[in-house]
This record gives sequence, structure tokens and C-alpha cells, in this order.
Amino acid sequence: MAAIGFTINGEMVSVEAAHDTPLLWVIREHLKLTGTKFGCGIAQCGACTVHVDGEPTRSCSVQVADIRDKQVTTIEGLSPDSSHPLQKAWIAEQVPQCGYCQSGQIMQAAALLQRNPRPTRDEIIAHMDGNICRCGTYSRIIAAIESVRGA
Amino acid sequence: MWQDVSSKKLSRRSFLVTASGVGVAVAFGSLPDVASAAGPLAPNAWVTIGEDGIITIVPPAVEMGQGVQTSLPLILAEDLDADWSKVRIAATPDDDKLYGNPAFRNQLTTVGSFAVTGYYERLRLAGAQARAVLLANAAEVWSVPVMELTTESGMVVHAHSGRRISYGDLAKTAKLPNPLPQISPADLKPASQFRLIGKDVPRLDIAAKVDGTAKYGIDTQLPGMLYATILYPSVQHQKPEQIDDSAAKAVKGLVRVVALPAGVGVIAETIEAAHKAKDALRVSWSAARAQTYTNEQILQDYSAIAADWSQPGIEMLNKGDAAAALKDAAKVLAADFFSEHVSHVCMEPLNATVKVDSDKVGTWSGNQSPTNMKILGALAAGTTPDKVTVHTTFLGGGFGRKTDGDELFQTTLLAKAVPGRAVKMIWSREDDIMNDKFRPLTAQHVEVGLDASGNIVGWRHRIVNESYLARIMPPDLFAQLKQDRVSGGGGEMSYAIPNHRVEWVRAPRGVDVGAWRGIAAGYTKFAIETLIDEVATLKGVDPVALRIAMLEDDPRAATVVKTVADMANWGQKRQDRAVGIAFSDALRSRTAAAAEVSVDEASGKIKVHHIWAAVDAGLAVQPRNIAAQIESAMTFGLGAALIEQITLKDGVVQQTNFHEYRVMRMSDMPPMDVKVISTDYKPTGIGEAGVPVVAPAIANAVALLTGKRLRHLPMTPDRVKRGLA
Repeated sequence: MAAIGFTINGEMVSVEAAHDTPLLWVIREHLKLTGTKFGCGIAQCGACTVHVDGEPTRSCSVQVADIRDKQVTTIEGLSPDSSHPLQKAWIAEQVPQCGYCQSGQIMQAAALLQRNPRPTRDEIIAHMDGNICRCGTYSRIIAAIESVRGA
Repeated sequence: MWQDVSSKKLSRRSFLVTASGVGVAVAFGSLPDVASAAGPLAPNAWVTIGEDGIITIVPPAVEMGQGVQTSLPLILAEDLDADWSKVRIAATPDDDKLYGNPAFRNQLTTVGSFAVTGYYERLRLAGAQARAVLLANAAEVWSVPVMELTTESGMVVHAHSGRRISYGDLAKTAKLPNPLPQISPADLKPASQFRLIGKDVPRLDIAAKVDGTAKYGIDTQLPGMLYATILYPSVQHQKPEQIDDSAAKAVKGLVRVVALPAGVGVIAETIEAAHKAKDALRVSWSAARAQTYTNEQILQDYSAIAADWSQPGIEMLNKGDAAAALKDAAKVLAADFFSEHVSHVCMEPLNATVKVDSDKVGTWSGNQSPTNMKILGALAAGTTPDKVTVHTTFLGGGFGRKTDGDELFQTTLLAKAVPGRAVKMIWSREDDIMNDKFRPLTAQHVEVGLDASGNIVGWRHRIVNESYLARIMPPDLFAQLKQDRVSGGGGEMSYAIPNHRVEWVRAPRGVDVGAWRGIAAGYTKFAIETLIDEVATLKGVDPVALRIAMLEDDPRAATVVKTVADMANWGQKRQDRAVGIAFSDALRSRTAAAAEVSVDEASGKIKVHHIWAAVDAGLAVQPRNIAAQIESAMTFGLGAALIEQITLKDGVVQQTNFHEYRVMRMSDMPPMDVKVISTDYKPTGIGEAGVPVVAPAIANAVALLTGKRLRHLPMTPDRVKRGLA
């Protein structure tokens, strides 16, 4: 069980964990960054979405050994002070209800805007469809993304 | 956002407004000591005013997304005349003597859409009392009569002299008057002066929910904390017989293997070790009654009981003589309705963290009932509830699942095996679905008697399913209660029906059921509202007009029906689509919905193109949040109407995770429009009110479009094809 090094939210870390440990549990229980959530464990709900080298990734279904030397961004690292345009839009549209899925929703949406700053409504839905919100805040999520797109 | 203000940390200037002390007025005893003027001012147990002007309000209901930790503090802040930007939420309390819900047996239990309903007056009185304390202090500081003082948004104002002082500055020197000001409802602010109630304010919990800082139960981190998982049987209530833990014990980091009544727990130093040890366990299980449980067979069985009026049933409602009216009726419309189990699947799987230290127990979890958690923690640890401290975090969804506390009970048993160390137990999604307390599988039989002109003269309704309350209540108490309104309620209706009888039959078959958002109305309104449309068709009248006519005794109900019909352009012909309507009086609110629907007859797929809803839940404390809750509840309604179902085969749940238990995703969602009608009545439930109307609105649209009646939920493509054949 050799240490595995990677960068998370701009900081180099070294983690002692079995190589097949899902990245999600390393983030949550080793590094204590609990903003990234566990929802299903099989990449079906999107609650655990983080960015790995800029790509939206279901951290529950990636082994920590595969992250070696890569750059991971979690919701805590999306902006230093909740100032990411999507975070502001999420507040303006009062998106969250229980809020549990919203870290994953925001990370998924942030990846979309990085690659496609002006997505259509259909593109938003196609990109976000893997992220479940049991509270049904979907219309507000779309509105929040559209408000950033329009900016 | 989260301030640790528990009752024991309140300053000695605090005064407790007890549960029994508030009825018509806030009652006060003599004060213990009012001399100290340092630190924050706590005029009563509900609110603390800091020297910095920060107002910290105790939220007596849990926050699971319904916005209640904004709406409840806001109600207090209204009569305190607080500056909303200064209001913060205190920790969710666990003392039900102080904070229990008067509308729910004085428990700290957030269920049944009772929170705003139950606490509305109490919080207003508490806010008014705190304001009166501030006024009394300002009057003393300025040596002016208290009658000359007013307040505005966090300031006490003396208009004659032009003097103003902030609540925070007053708190620096304030004393509690002895006796404290007596407050009665007559002293409350008139609605015309509301600055917060009825105006949309930003929710207090949202900022923390966009940057990962909001804390849920699963996020609990305690020093030296261990991790646990539990291996469960594949059939509910099987018990472990032989446990081979040799391979599990070889896992590095394993601390203990603990046999539980419900499964086998493993405790480990790391979460990954707990997962590995669980996978390595080999366990044989006892037999259980549920092994014979297969949905189709149970439904057939239930259906026979439902249609057989000679079999005993619990009377849920009886008006006039329904049996006689049906005998004399010119025509009897009879129909059977079925609804499958559905699962809560809260996005946060059930979990709990518990520490047992000699006879003291600490629990951390997102739960709907600190009252229940305290009792369960005590039972599991073998101590008394007063030794248990319940920490309640935000809930990652609740929907009725997080009152049971089975996860907390089992975690406490595990923590007892490693005293002095906290144990965090997390269910996998598979555990969460398999061990859910499902909405009951239900058969209903309804007979509607009509006279020669098609008027309803009698109505008989029998509901057959397993009971939720019989499982959670002590047997002697349930024997007294007899009626389970969670499983078998919802047969009542606002329509004027002269002869009406509703019976419920409890038919246990070994699988636990629970309270699922909207409770029984989620299926009873499906039966009632589709039959009302059938009556309209038989009579040759418009379904909206028929409802409005039958609701003449309840103008508020008629208004929501009329409003939603207008929103949906009722009466406008659509190409290959139809609009169905439904009304619900469940959860003490009036809700109506209209659904525009098309059906692909080849595939059997129903597409919902648009949903409109109108709701009158009395005074709308937070209109925008109410609209969000109705949308949320209608999303549940859509899932239960179209795609969500749990099927058991020989007792084994066939859906393990989100790929098999489908819920509504973004691409499944129709546009929704919600109109919130605020009226001068006491606020009623909003968290669940949007659920019951969806399925019947869709089924009614399908019937208008195809002439065929769908009576089995969910209306999946295979059932639709069979129904249209």
C-alpha cells in the first residue's frame, strides 16, 4: 500500500489507501472534503461528480490509483469564496432543496460551461441527465445554467 | 450558518417558553435571576440576540429540503421585527419538552406537512415576546413610556425624540423584565404590516448548499471515529444463523464483527476496510415470512379481500348508509385499483454516527424525528432517553423514510460493542433500497351508486394493504387506535356525497411498509379522482364543471379547480393530446392539477407535455418556496404515476440501484406551472400536497384521449398497452 500522490483543489496530497479504494471515499474520509457526496456507488446518480484534469468524473467509480499525479477539483475548490458564476446563479435561482445532489450538479454544469459556454436548453438537459435530483429541482437547475449562459 | 446554541448553553438570562406554557398566551413564571447583563440576550428558549445584532433562532423542525428552517425562523422574525439579514439558524434541538410540535403530539417529529401548521402561532408569540422585552429595555434606557416606542427591522424607534437603537446595542445592556411581558394573539402584528410573511426571502440554508459546506449526517467526522457497514439478508427479517467471519477477520483494519438482529455488522478503522470485510463475510440466514412475497400474488390476494364486503374491515369513515344507497342505485360503477410499492431513495442513503460512552450516548444523523432517535438510541444502548444527545444535521432527503430510525438503532448496537469510540455506519444504495420501508402495495375496490340522472347517491371504498402504524406503534396503543391513516386513510373527500363508507383492511404479508411522501392519498386520490371523471363521462358533463358543482360547500376548493382549468386552457382542443384534471384535499390543503398528455399506443409510453397546479394552503408564508415544494412533490407524483416501482420475487427486492429503480431525471420532466393562492386561513401542509393529484390527472387525460381507464400504478408502457388493448 504505497502512498498515492495527486493534486486536489490546487494542493498536492499523498494518500495511504488501498489502490482500489474509490476516489470518492479518499476525498470524503481520508481528506475530509465532504462536499462531494455518495449517492449510488455505480455512477448512476452523479452526486459524487468531481473534475479530474478538467473532466467531469464520477468519483465513486474511479480507483484512487488511477488518479496518481492528476488534478482533482471538488466543489470546495470550484471557487475560493462561492463566487463561481454557477454558485451565484444557484443562489439567485434558489435551486437547492435538500441540497445533497447539488455539489455534483454544479460540478457537472461547470464542466459543461467550460467546454461550451453557450449551451442550448437541449444541450443542458443532455449533459445534466446523469445527475439525479430526488427533490426535483431540475427546472431551477436549468434556469440557473441558462442565466450564466446568458451573461 | 450552524451555531451551537443548545438550551444548556443559553445564558442565565434565558427564559424557557415551555410546550405546556403556550396556548392562548405565553405563560411565565418568576424569573430565576435577571441581574446579569453580559453576553447575548435570550428572551425565551426560541431566540437569542447577540451584541452584534445577530438573531439566532431555534428551528424546531428538521430541514430536508422543504425550506422549513427558513419559514419557521421567519415567522418568529416577523413578530420580533428582526432584520432578516441578521437571522441565523441554531442547531436543530432534541428537547421535545421545550420544542415539540403542538400539532404532532408535542414531538420533535417532522412529518405529515405539520411544521408550519403546528408552530405558526407559537413562533409568532415567541417573537412578539422577544420584541416586548426589547421595547421594555429601550423604554428604561430612554426613560420614555413603552407605548411611545415602535420597531422597524431590527431597531427600536422613539419617534418623538428621533432616537433609534439597534437590537444588538440593546442586547449589550438588556435585562429581562420581571415579570416578563405577557403576550396573547391579540398582541401580534396585523397581517397588513407583515414584512416577511408572504414575501419571498432567500432561504437560510442555500448558501451552504452550493459550496459543499452544508453538513449532512454522512459528513460527520469525529476524532477516532470508526466505520461500519452491515451485511443484510436478501429477504427482509431473515436473521443471521451461522456467521463465517474468517475471511473478514483477515482484512487489515477490521475491528469487530457484530451479529445484529437484522444482519451482521463489521466495524473497521477505515471505510474501505469496512466495505472489504462486509464482502468477505459468509452468513447463512433463517427463514422469514416474506420469502413467499411476490407482488402479483399479493395483489391478487388483496384484490379478493378488497371486493369482499363480508370480510371484516376497519371503518375509516361512515356517513349515511352506503350499502343501502348502492342497492337502490339505478347504476353502480365498480372498479379495482392497484398501486405497486415505491421506494424513498433519498439521495443521502441512510447512515448514522453513534458514540456510546459508559451510559452516555451521542448520535449524529439527518433524521425526521429527534424524539424517536432519542428513544431508539436509549433502547439500543440499554439506557434511558435522558442520557442520549441527538445531533440532527441537514437531511439529504427524507420523504417519510427518516422517522423510523432503524439505521440509528443498529448503529447504536454496533457502537455499544466499541465503547468510547464513535462509529459511522453508511448504507450502500443497495442496502438503502432493499431495506426501505416502502409505500404499501395496495388494492382498492370502489363502488359508486348513481341515480337515473347520474348523480352520486352512494360510495363504498375498501383499501387493503399492510399497516405502517401497526409496525411502529406499541401493540396495545395500536389496538386502541385501530385506524392507520398513513396506510389506510385518504378515503375522505370534500365532494358532497350523501352516503359514504370507507373501510381499511390490514393484510400483513411480512414486508415492512412506511410513510412515503403524500401517504395514503397518493393512491386513494388516484381511485377517487379517476372515478369522478368516470361519473362525469357517464353523466355527459364536463369533469371540471362536475367537480366545481360538487365542491359548492368549499369555495376555496372550487377556486383551485377553476384556477387550474384556466391555467391549462381547459376546453381547448389539442391535436393528439388531452388534458386531465384532478383535485386533492389531502394534507389539509386544496390542490388541483392538470396534465397535458399524449400516448404512443404502439409502445404504450405516456408522455406528459405540461403540468399546471394551483394550491391554496392558507396563508402562504413563503410563496416561492411553496411553488418549489409543489413542483418537487409533483415530481414524486410523476415518478409514482409512470416509472417508480419496487417488485419483490419470493421476497427478494428486484431493484438494487438507480439503473433498476428509475426516478424522474431532467429529460423526463415536463414544464410545470404552479399558482400559489394565498388566503387568510391558517397555513396548512405544502411538502406533500402536490403528490396525490398527478397520477389521476394523467389517467384522466389518457381516458379522454383513448376512452380507456388505467387503474394500476405505475402506468408503465406494458400496463398501458394491456389497458388500451
